[in-house]
Amino acid sequence: MGDIIFGFVAVVIGIGASYGLYWLLNALLSLLPQKILKKVQWVAFLTPALVLVALVLLVPIAQTFIWSFMDKRVESYIGFDNYVELFTDPDFLSVLLNNLLWVLVVPAITVAIGTAVATLTNQVGPTREKIFKTLIFMPMSISFVAAATIWSLTYAYVPPGRPEVGILNSGLAALGLETQPWLTISDGRLNTFLLMAVLVWLQVGYSMVIISAAIKAVPEETLEAARIDAANAWQVFRHIILPQVWGSIMAVFVTVLILVMKIFDVVLAMTGGNFDTSVLALEWFRVFFESRDIGAASAVVIVLFVLIVPLMYVQIRTVKKQEELR
Amino acid sequence: MRTVKRVAAKLNLGSTLTLVVIVAIWSIPTLGLLITSLRRRSDAEVSPWWDAILNPLGTVWSTDAYQNVLESGMLDALVNTFAVTIPATILPLMIAANAAYAFTFLNFKGKEVVFAFMVGLMVVPLQAALIPVLRGMVWVQGALDIQLTGTYASAWIVHSAFAMPLAIYIIRNYMLTIPTSLIEAARIDGASYYKIFWSLVLPLSMPAIASFAIFQFLWVWNDYLIAFIFVGQKSPVLTYELLKLLGQYGQGWQDVAAGAFVSLIVPLMVFIGLQRYFVRGLTAGSVK
Repeated sequence: MGDIIFGFVAVVIGIGASYGLYWLLNALLSLLPQKILKKVQWVAFLTPALVLVALVLLVPIAQTFIWSFMDKRVESYIGFDNYVELFTDPDFLSVLLNNLLWVLVVPAITVAIGTAVATLTNQVGPTREKIFKTLIFMPMSISFVAAATIWSLTYAYVPPGRPEVGILNSGLAALGLETQPWLTISDGRLNTFLLMAVLVWLQVGYSMVIISAAIKAVPEETLEAARIDAANAWQVFRHIILPQVWGSIMAVFVTVLILVMKIFDVVLAMTGGNFDTSVLALEWFRVFFESRDIGAASAVVIVLFVLIVPLMYVQIRTVKKQEELR
Repeated sequence: MRTVKRVAAKLNLGSTLTLVVIVAIWSIPTLGLLITSLRRRSDAEVSPWWDAILNPLGTVWSTDAYQNVLESGMLDALVNTFAVTIPATILPLMIAANAAYAFTFLNFKGKEVVFAFMVGLMVVPLQAALIPVLRGMVWVQGALDIQLTGTYASAWIVHSAFAMPLAIYIIRNYMLTIPTSLIEAARIDGASYYKIFWSLVLPLSMPAIASFAIFQFLWVWNDYLIAFIFVGQKSPVLTYELLKLLGQYGQGWQDVAAGAFVSLIVPLMVFIGLQRYFVRGLTAGSVK
């Protein structure tokens, strides 16, 4: 109970203080003469955000970059040693391969299923549409750790002789096949693909919602025209709907792609990165918390950062394009 | 005409059946966990969860597992999660709304460049900043004697900063739809920019702020990494406790399952209650 009261007081003070900060900034600025005030008015509104972003994002990222050229305890510079070590380590190359697989598989499948569901729900009438959509969208709201729990149970393996727990293995058992410890099987990266299923499960709802909104925005006249020309359902979808929602599909693709590159919690919770399932973000976590090697951990995350930079460019460009359309 | 209708009806049926299959695949894993959480340990050890559905009357339903996990830490974790999440939702929104106001209605040198930079930051992997931030906090503790790591406040700061780019982007996009003439009229009436923000622009931007609030609430509630690094075991949050339980599933799946449901009940309620605003937020955030 004491904790709750303490927490509540802290919350009120924190929020009150930040409101006071804005009030103070404005009060101080308003002492300036009108002419100057006009030019510096933005300071009162923007400074807290800029300071926060600078202190917690920009400066630390620069620091990480510098640390990636330093030793374990960041005491001396060792040049490119961390990077050389990473790229000559077969385990790290295997991590990169996993990330590549995630990137190749998950966004494409998520978008494909999302488009299919969005198209189908558009045809079944409002009541059924709402129910189906809510059920598919639901996983969006839960944590990666909870999702990992749900799927760990689905994939669960019990030694022979004991009753099955996981539905996947019991399905196999019912078919007379041998049950498998799924998450430990790295042949053909099977376990990584099983982890991907969890993320697809989580993200299809998002993809469905965005693409569905785009489908509903397709002008009725274009559909009507196609029907008059006796196009079948597939032709209407392929030649009328798809081109018009392509922009939204790509937007979802990029968003999921960015998310997938940083994938971490699902792998941590389900395999801990063992059995050849590790990915870059998890590798960073392990090098930092298990090996306590700040230099090497920084190098791992800089590799991830460099891989994401092109997407940053795509992001800025598309936003600019949008602004021009305004 | 009749045949056309029949074909349409048939098509509908096909779509419905396909959807039923997809929805079943989507729901069965969660259903399995829910049922597991409501069974007794002794039953869960001898038969799989679907036995309970196939024979609902012959099953002993029990909430023992919930009582068990709530007593062994989940209840504290629930309180901790609220203490982390509520300020980590309100603070960034307030800071971002102020910043978005400056980006939308005030003119200054380099505005476009700074904004483009913010947009770029939306995709940055936050791991790239975490170790220096952690070390920085430890340094502040040594130099100024202010305890930061292990407190709620450290998580508020970090979550606020990481939310900034997307929050500013979404709120600014919405503010752009507010006519400038409205602000000019208020200026002519002698209102200060400060007053215009609090009494005019902020209330008008509420839809965007509400959408982002839901988004941020769910994100912070569901976060594991930042909570693990900055709050840790001193005031463990739900994701932290759940992962710990998951590591001990050998002691029975029913506890893990109950823990998972304790952790997801609040986001699920927020989601179901505010689905419309949530969807609106998502659509606004997607960069076409």
